[in-house]
Amino acid sequence: MSMRLLRLFGGRTATAPVARERLQILLSHERGLLGQSDLLVTLREEILAVVSKHIQLDPDKVMVKLERGKSVSTLEVDIEVPNNFDNKALGERRMAG
Amino acid sequence: MAKVLVVTSGKGGVGKTTTTAALGAALAQSGQSVVVVDFDVGLRNLDLVMGAERRVVFDLINVVQGVAKLPQALIRDKRLESLWLLPASQTRDKDALTDEGVGRVIDELRSRFDWILCDSPAGIERGATLAMRYADEAIIVTNPEVSSVRDSDRIIGMLDSKTVRAERGERVEKHILITRYDPGRAARGEMLNIDDILEILATPLLGIIPESQDVLKASNVGTPVTLNNAESAPARAYVDASRRLMGEEVAMTVPAERKGFMNRLLGRRAA
Repeated sequence: MSMRLLRLFGGRTATAPVARERLQILLSHERGLLGQSDLLVTLREEILAVVSKHIQLDPDKVMVKLERGKSVSTLEVDIEVPNNFDNKALGERRMAG
Repeated sequence: MAKVLVVTSGKGGVGKTTTTAALGAALAQSGQSVVVVDFDVGLRNLDLVMGAERRVVFDLINVVQGVAKLPQALIRDKRLESLWLLPASQTRDKDALTDEGVGRVIDELRSRFDWILCDSPAGIERGATLAMRYADEAIIVTNPEVSSVRDSDRIIGMLDSKTVRAERGERVEKHILITRYDPGRAARGEMLNIDDILEILATPLLGIIPESQDVLKASNVGTPVTLNNAESAPARAYVDASRRLMGEEVAMTVPAERKGFMNRLLGRRAA
């Protein structure tokens, strides 16, 4: 009641509820991002290490992206393989193993 | 057993140094032996707020680098026997403090004092990380304002990952201290209220310090606010907070708005 009266007299609006809402949205977003980046860095490094055992890679040409959806999240790994990539060598190794 | 407590925040200017001085003095007044340590290398303000700026000869960096011994750098408070200050240096070299060196100094302080209060620089840089590194407990100083709350969230994340305790899988006990709280503005919905802040940060409350001219008056004369005017509202709030730190149960008082009849009628505060 007094709030309403104050608003009538002073023409002020309560901005705190807006602040609260903005913060909640922002922080849930930032917390997600921060957690994600750590995981992504780890994934990127480990995937890189495994693939480089077999193929010479340019570390800058590896892209790891994690997208979080409501029901399904996807992990996208994009590795650019050099043109002179030795298919035969890999095949032989596979036969031997 | 000695406790290392870091007073930290993401955003600058929220009242970390005032809080370090006030809580340090309040703890010392209740008989604890206390050292307040200024980690804000380059800016250095705790000595000024404590009124010891002209007595600084050696500082934290001198001790870390082995130029001076710890007792040479410690300054005893003029008012309280059991309150000491370890000042920061004005050096511009941000890398003057090393993790290992800070660890050694904190260890030595632990053997001499009950409480080691570390006044952190603002932000998430190396200085802030070093100040919190060896902490057992942390006070996150927050204003009821969006940018301050957001940055506090980042600091809480750092306390949970970058401290020695966190790395050992232990907890750093965290407390929120809300400063510059204006009950009138909160009542009118112009300022985030306490429940909102605590809910967003999901961390328990240590105290609420009302916005007050007494804080500025105290720092003007270089006296911790709890010593300058013990009856003032912020002083009483800081004393209550210090008792909670010592494990006492003290009822939380939310500062109430004091308004005159005319102000109430006009629906606004006198300027």
